[in-house]
Amino acid sequence: MELGLFLALLGAALATFMAGIGSSIGVGKAGVAAAGVLAEEPSLFSKVLILMLLPATQGIYGLLVAFLILQGVGIIGGGAGEISNLEGLLYLAASLPIAASGLFSAIHQGKCSVAGIHTVAKKPDTMGKSLIIPAMVETYAILALLISILAINGIGSLGL
Amino acid sequence: MAILKMQRISIYALTRYSKDVLETLQRMGVVEIENISLEDSVFYKTDNSALSASFVRSASLMTQAADIVTEYVKEKKGLLSSFAGRTPLNVKEYEEFALKNPEALNLAYKLIGYKKKITESKAKIIAYESRIDSLIPWKNLDVSMDAGYTRSTKAIIGVLPEELTEDEICLKLAEVSPETELFDVEVISSDSNQTCVFVICYKGVYDELMSALRKIGLILPSSSTPGNPADEIKSLYSKIKKREETIAECEKAIASHSPDLELLRFFEDYYIMKADRYAQLDNISYSPHTFVMTGYIPQKDSQKLSEILFERYGAEVELEDAEGDDVPVLLKNNALTAPAEGVLLSYSAPSRFELDPTAVMAIFYYIFFGMMFSDAGYGLVMALACGIALLKFKNMEAGLKRSLKMFFFCGISTTFWGLMFGSFFGDAVSVIFSTFIGRAAPAIPGITTPIWFNPTVGSGPTTLLMFSFLFGIIHLFAGLILQAVNYIRQGNFIYAVYDDLSWILVVTGAVLALLSTDMLSGMMGGFKLDPVFLTVGGIMAGIGAVIILIFSGRESKNPLKRLLKGAYNLYGATSYLSDILSYSRLLALGLATGVVAGVFNQLGSMMGNSVVGIILFVVVFIIGHLLNIGINALGAYVHTNRLQFVEFFGKFYTGGGRDFKPYAVNTKHYNIKEDI
Repeated sequence: MELGLFLALLGAALATFMAGIGSSIGVGKAGVAAAGVLAEEPSLFSKVLILMLLPATQGIYGLLVAFLILQGVGIIGGGAGEISNLEGLLYLAASLPIAASGLFSAIHQGKCSVAGIHTVAKKPDTMGKSLIIPAMVETYAILALLISILAINGIGSLGL
Repeated sequence: MAILKMQRISIYALTRYSKDVLETLQRMGVVEIENISLEDSVFYKTDNSALSASFVRSASLMTQAADIVTEYVKEKKGLLSSFAGRTPLNVKEYEEFALKNPEALNLAYKLIGYKKKITESKAKIIAYESRIDSLIPWKNLDVSMDAGYTRSTKAIIGVLPEELTEDEICLKLAEVSPETELFDVEVISSDSNQTCVFVICYKGVYDELMSALRKIGLILPSSSTPGNPADEIKSLYSKIKKREETIAECEKAIASHSPDLELLRFFEDYYIMKADRYAQLDNISYSPHTFVMTGYIPQKDSQKLSEILFERYGAEVELEDAEGDDVPVLLKNNALTAPAEGVLLSYSAPSRFELDPTAVMAIFYYIFFGMMFSDAGYGLVMALACGIALLKFKNMEAGLKRSLKMFFFCGISTTFWGLMFGSFFGDAVSVIFSTFIGRAAPAIPGITTPIWFNPTVGSGPTTLLMFSFLFGIIHLFAGLILQAVNYIRQGNFIYAVYDDLSWILVVTGAVLALLSTDMLSGMMGGFKLDPVFLTVGGIMAGIGAVIILIFSGRESKNPLKRLLKGAYNLYGATSYLSDILSYSRLLALGLATGVVAGVFNQLGSMMGNSVVGIILFVVVFIIGHLLNIGINALGAYVHTNRLQFVEFFGKFYTGGGRDFKPYAVNTKHYNIKEDI
């Protein structure tokens, strides 16, 4: 029983920190580019900020999945029931999509954001298009989030 | 939902009116002027770039002057001043203002003069200060640093590179040149790095002493003073004071001109407009007494403009329907859908030969944005913020106004979906009731209980996933139907069957067949279509597939190649699958908003029902939800755009049109507008 709870918590931790690492790297890269652009063109602040924040979402998706797991096993919200080893493993497995996908997609989305920031610096009119390119990468984080959420939701209703 | 009809306009008038005609066109802003290539024995073109550049310089002179004023007088700018837009001026006000031209130029030069004086004085002060620094060690010397000799003595003034007393110096000198006598050393000042000395000696031993001093490291000072250093320092301080007074005077003079800021700004705009006009003169062809210009004008404005130009300048205007690929595109939509034009234009303006998809897109845009953001509280915040900004700032720039209107409608849609899913700042009301009031919240439809269903619990996610796919399929079909309408408008009715109906059949058939199998019924909560639909769906998909296989490669003459191309296109069914799955983001982002909102509510209520608990709740509530609104509104905006650009436009939209960019007033501070 203790092991099951540990495994579930490990899943929550993985989802948070892996996606968090990805977002930190992605936002960090974009932030460096953004600061450079702002030195030349302070008026682009709002546009550059939006592009910079795009890779931030993976970290939030990770947080979200972690929260759902914590709620599912009763660490938050009380009512902690018996968590079998199998159930704990299932939660761990459910956290993997957003953990791995969040890590890599945020890094690569960050690279696209950097490119987008450079584009906007040269041609502020291309904001709409520059936003879409990083958003393509985010699709895969969203798909992973979806599977993580559906899986956690499903584990709860398995009645293990 | 339309592309406005464009006309080509040609204006002929007397040369002396050319600038007035241009000014009228500039203020009305309805004509896009074309560079006419008419040069022959009668018509010639002029080069006005030098004049235009000189007006640009005048404009930057005004900017410079205005910047000088704002440097010393802080303008009161509200947090939201970027929404305020340009001050409108009518033609009469404009002309009254324009009379003050000499005054403005004078003022600008005067201000720049003040600024120059300030800069100069500041540089001087720095020079004086560094001179003072170099003299400070010599402060106690009571003769001039140029002091030379008397009848029988000579003076040496210099710096030794270490801290020494008079005795130590004498000792050192005795070491290097024990014979030298008849001199006296006086230390003026010393610190850890250097010792400033004044040495007086008998003329006869000067050379000897000098070489001995050099041996122990004496350096002659680089600066000299006519009087004694202390007096020099005093006079430098008084010079600095005088310069500081000059600076203060200039700053005061500049500050006193702060009421004239308006004037400077107006003339900045005035010269920008003038420079624009002279640049446009290059696009006109002149004969000795007349000129001709051509351009594009929306049909709705053309009649009125012709009358005005004829009345004022006796100009002859020729209008004809515009044809060809280069005709610019101007969109016209109703109040609900027009705000989304900005999204369409950021992708590409529609080509002149296709339907303007803004109206259809706008409806889906609002729905999808609302589903992804899906919180009644957030939607209200967004709609209220946009609504208030729109009401408060009447002169807002057109582009910003359009965006805010769009987000206003998005906010309303968000509120709607929030009520449907029972999310109001997440589960804030329930949390407040259970934490601070101590009982379960009453069931308020939309606020605490969902009107439709709660997508975060039980089978909620799967249900919403299915509906997301359903909305996605409707969205894709809308794209196919728009393409069909385009084909039909061009008279290619059969293409609509080949390219659009075929895919609608394939997708609908596949969905019907899937719904009648056991595979999906588990996810649909036991919902299953009658098995007969497996056959019906199969037949539908089959017919569609055959149409695609045979006809989609119709450009190829070779039958084998045509079939292969058809087969390849049929393989495109996988792209339909990924397109439809892509709409799962409607669910994922919707859940993200709701769950993160719930996280913040729970975090806030952690301290329970106490004074500290309430304060914590309020703080966490405000910060947390603002953060959630920011990040999720961004997500919803970006991904709604993506669904439109990639999934929807990918099905039918060619774009590539040229946005209509009329020649208009392009200023920074004032909007001089003459209504047509």
